[in-house]
Amino acid sequence: MALKTETMILNMGPQHPSTHGVLRLELELEGELIVDVKPHIGYLHRCFEKHAEAMTYPQVIPYTDRMDYLASMYNNFGYVIAVEKLLGIEVPERVEYIRVIMGELQRIASHLVAIGTFGLDIGAFTPFLYCFRDREKILSLFEMTCGARLLYNYMWVGGLSHDIHPDFVRLTKEFIKEFRPTIKELNDLLSYNKIFIERTANIGVLPLDTAINYGVTGPSLRGSGLAFDLRKDEPYSIYDRFEFDVPVGQGLMGTVGDCWDRYYVRVLEMEQSLRIIEQAIDKIPEGDVQSAIPRRIKPPVGTVYQRVENPRGELGYFIISDGSTNPFRVKVRAPSFVNLEVLGELCKGHLVADVIAILGSIDIVLGEVDR
Amino acid sequence: MKNPEEIFDVLKNQFGDDILGIEKEQPTEPIISVTPSSVDKVCLFLRDNEELKFDSLMNLSGVDDANGEKVKDEDGGEIIKGGTLSVYYHLYSIEHKHKITLKTSTPREEPRVESVESVWKTANWHEREAYDMLGIIFNNHPDLRRILMPYDWDAGYPLRKDYKNPEFYQGMKVPY
Repeated sequence: MALKTETMILNMGPQHPSTHGVLRLELELEGELIVDVKPHIGYLHRCFEKHAEAMTYPQVIPYTDRMDYLASMYNNFGYVIAVEKLLGIEVPERVEYIRVIMGELQRIASHLVAIGTFGLDIGAFTPFLYCFRDREKILSLFEMTCGARLLYNYMWVGGLSHDIHPDFVRLTKEFIKEFRPTIKELNDLLSYNKIFIERTANIGVLPLDTAINYGVTGPSLRGSGLAFDLRKDEPYSIYDRFEFDVPVGQGLMGTVGDCWDRYYVRVLEMEQSLRIIEQAIDKIPEGDVQSAIPRRIKPPVGTVYQRVENPRGELGYFIISDGSTNPFRVKVRAPSFVNLEVLGELCKGHLVADVIAILGSIDIVLGEVDR
Repeated sequence: MKNPEEIFDVLKNQFGDDILGIEKEQPTEPIISVTPSSVDKVCLFLRDNEELKFDSLMNLSGVDDANGEKVKDEDGGEIIKGGTLSVYYHLYSIEHKHKITLKTSTPREEPRVESVESVWKTANWHEREAYDMLGIIFNNHPDLRRILMPYDWDAGYPLRKDYKNPEFYQGMKVPY
């Protein structure tokens, strides 16, 4: 005899250790099985877009830092090249090289947080310490360059706020030499760990067509098997000069597009970032990093949509200029905002404990979701 | 790979008067204007046509054009009467690597646009945000609720150019 059952609503959050910010998930459960997940966002909303309308173009840059606070360099990067495109100015070679190096260091730092906390969500504590230890070295490089550890305000329209420190090149090379073996260490400790694989393989499988329809980008899309990377497919800055591969999920431990694939793509991407930095670090040309900074930024009337490959996916800035010194409208297409939407789709049919694994594997930063 | 002018010609042939025009004088990419009542059909065509295949909606943003008449209200503030609100769609084709920008404008007093949620699921949250921030109503949207503001926020739409903070929200003082 079939029993008549009702589903139960369970709240996870508004503050849960696995969410990197404030998020409330409304879980609809049938026993332990997930029927549906509804994310409720908006707790951090600090009105970036409204603020931007009241600021001049350069004054907006510090606000971009605060969206994705684990990848502030890249938020700066996207915004300044959008404004530069609107203005039609070219930046010096030295600036381009330094921007790419900083951007890739930031990608490694961000992926280290993603990997470390993902392990932590699943119950592995040691990899988290290792990851934060290595991230610390990158933050020290950033601190040496611009004095800040998290919110850099480093890339300016047309240039950079500071030139690199005389020791920067040497210390970055040292970091690369030390960091390569630790990726292997991390793999032994976490990636190929039996418990970790059991918890993540075949969990939260994201089929490719669903991923595209939901607008998912970044490592989450590549985990589903599509080699789509804006650094290759729509090169900006000077990314077309470097050789690197785009890792994709291959279903090594389970199905293509599961949590393990999304996780492992990030591990492989760190190695590719190291390759890019190695190619760029010796070629930084001489020059002044502030020579191209315009004294008054007043773009012509028009619109621009510029997107860059943020560690979490496609970060797009849509700017409308009315010809004044303040942007008329700035809309941020935030990768975490878009990637979070697919969560309900991924969780269906899994257990409550798997929600944590799935949420960790799409690597959201709530500061960017709410902006 | 097609450029925006070619895509505009294809759309003009297919939809006639529903395609309003193309703005070419842009510092970056041209913008194709569409009527708000046909934007869902146009988008479905753009997604499913073999030569266009716009399978990815990169971005959707609502904009207050602030092109109406500015009038003073009783407390000396400024409100905007008339004019339009717009929605911009940035589309991309992963296979053909081409992209276009669509734009549709709707009257500010009765802002209604057809939803494209059935074409790209990602539009769901983007449209909710445009609704929450600007008050644009998307017809046929399955779940049009506020997304960033509290669900019961009844003081209007923050990204409108004439938005003013309310004095109180549920007995709490808002401007501090």
